Amino acid sequence: MPAKGNRALRIWQFALFAALLAAWYVLTSPTLLPPLYFDDPNKAAFFFGEPLKVAGRIVDWFSSGFIYPHLWVTLVETALAFVIGTVLGLVMGLWLALSPTASALLDPYLKALNSMPRVILAPIFAMWFGLDMGSKVALGVTLVFFIVFFNVYQGVREVSHTVLANARMLGANERQLLRHVYVPSAMSWVFASLHNSVGLAFVGAVVGEYLGSSRGVGYLILQAEGTFDFNAVVAGIVVLTAFALLLDWMVTLAERRFLVWQPRGGETEKI
Amino acid sequence: MGSQLPALALEGVRVTFVSQDGGRYTAIRDTTLRVAPGEFVSVVGPTGCGKSTLLNVAAGLLQPSAGATSVFGEMLSGLNRKAGYLFQSEALMPWRTALQNVTAGLEFRGTDPAQAAVQAEEWLRRVGLGGFGARYPHQLSGGMRKRVALAQALILDPEIILMDEPFAALDIQTRHLMENELLELWSANRKSVVFITHDLEEAISLSDRVVVMSAGPESHPIGEFVIDLPRPRDVAEIRLTPRFIELHGLIWAAMKEEVLKSYARQRQ
Repeated sequence: MPAKGNRALRIWQFALFAALLAAWYVLTSPTLLPPLYFDDPNKAAFFFGEPLKVAGRIVDWFSSGFIYPHLWVTLVETALAFVIGTVLGLVMGLWLALSPTASALLDPYLKALNSMPRVILAPIFAMWFGLDMGSKVALGVTLVFFIVFFNVYQGVREVSHTVLANARMLGANERQLLRHVYVPSAMSWVFASLHNSVGLAFVGAVVGEYLGSSRGVGYLILQAEGTFDFNAVVAGIVVLTAFALLLDWMVTLAERRFLVWQPRGGETEKI
Repeated sequence: MGSQLPALALEGVRVTFVSQDGGRYTAIRDTTLRVAPGEFVSVVGPTGCGKSTLLNVAAGLLQPSAGATSVFGEMLSGLNRKAGYLFQSEALMPWRTALQNVTAGLEFRGTDPAQAAVQAEEWLRRVGLGGFGARYPHQLSGGMRKRVALAQALILDPEIILMDEPFAALDIQTRHLMENELLELWSANRKSVVFITHDLEEAISLSDRVVVMSAGPESHPIGEFVIDLPRPRDVAEIRLTPRFIELHGLIWAAMKEEVLKSYARQRQ
């Protein structure tokens, strides 16, 4: 995209954001406009929050240091769920893709587990692992695992027969084939699903906290909801969204670093 | 030459594929092919005549239903470790740079990485790709990828080189260039070559001997021609010599009927 068009797009995107904020502010302020829908001028603010107060709450959280332990817990849960889920998915995916017997045996179970709504496992995990981080990580792992697993499985299955035969002819033994052909091929599929799996690790952590915990951003939101503090609920959501975007950006950086060998649009230089 | 042990010998090979619904397809039968050390043999035949099957048997990638393969007198079981294989389709590892692709074979054998890299640089230069080592396959043109594949196979110094229509996807100029380079590399260090092609001109201009296969199924050799053209050859120029045209006429007469048969079968 040309830089000029890009800049115009950015300006429009920002303008839209500002307009939404302004509308939110004007429509919820108890004093600016006479109540349009509600009979009480404070009701709009009660149900939809007020942008300035939300911003104030976020600033307050960060300046007082109140949010850091909660944010830390949520991010650690996300990271653990992501790493454990990815490693398990990678190992299982490689194993099943390379062992037709195991794959045939386990296929119906994996299908059933995958189609089950995983969130209902949260109470079970809470019983097994307690209300601490363990149960949240477990929930995130079940979400991440299947994405990585299916991608690795597919990736190994789709390894080019010629590349494989060539590596064999060049003298690769089974272990070297795994390391130099199957894993790199599978990794490109894992990276393709990385945005999804990091996002779901985050979802697992927050939903787990929301369903029962004593720490974490999900817990903060639950508490705020319990006291009908809509501003705090929105503030929690904004913080979560910001960190989700940050994680996504980190994934993009990792992709650029590790997938240099893949052709990207506009970059396929041929001579 | 007759008393010498052949580098590669396929004796009475038959390959029958069984499909999942029980159907049988015999790709080749009663095929005997012997290649002397240092000899350049081309196998020509109409498309779908099982030429690649033959090569896969020679490489040990495919077990024949009947018959046997021997390499320098030893029966082949499993992969042919004395052979390098140049595939028709893309065989480079896309996640490795050109240099890393060339070093792959040495790496698998446990050669010291630094030493392998030095050798690979040398081979890349030899195939005309000095300075392209850091590029990934997708950043190279089709012809350059073939050169990398050539370097990848030849760096291991195989006694037998198996080539499956390696230049089929290239344009005619690039192809002539590659053929000349191949002849140059081969004459510098004579190895046995089995070269599969459907292009009769390519076969004649490169080889010491041309084997003609019948149309599939149940393909088998139907003729053998010794190419007595002088070396060194220039593949583009040798096509214009009277002896080349004479040989071409001779082999084409043997091949023509099979090509028509194969064509008729495909049209059904």
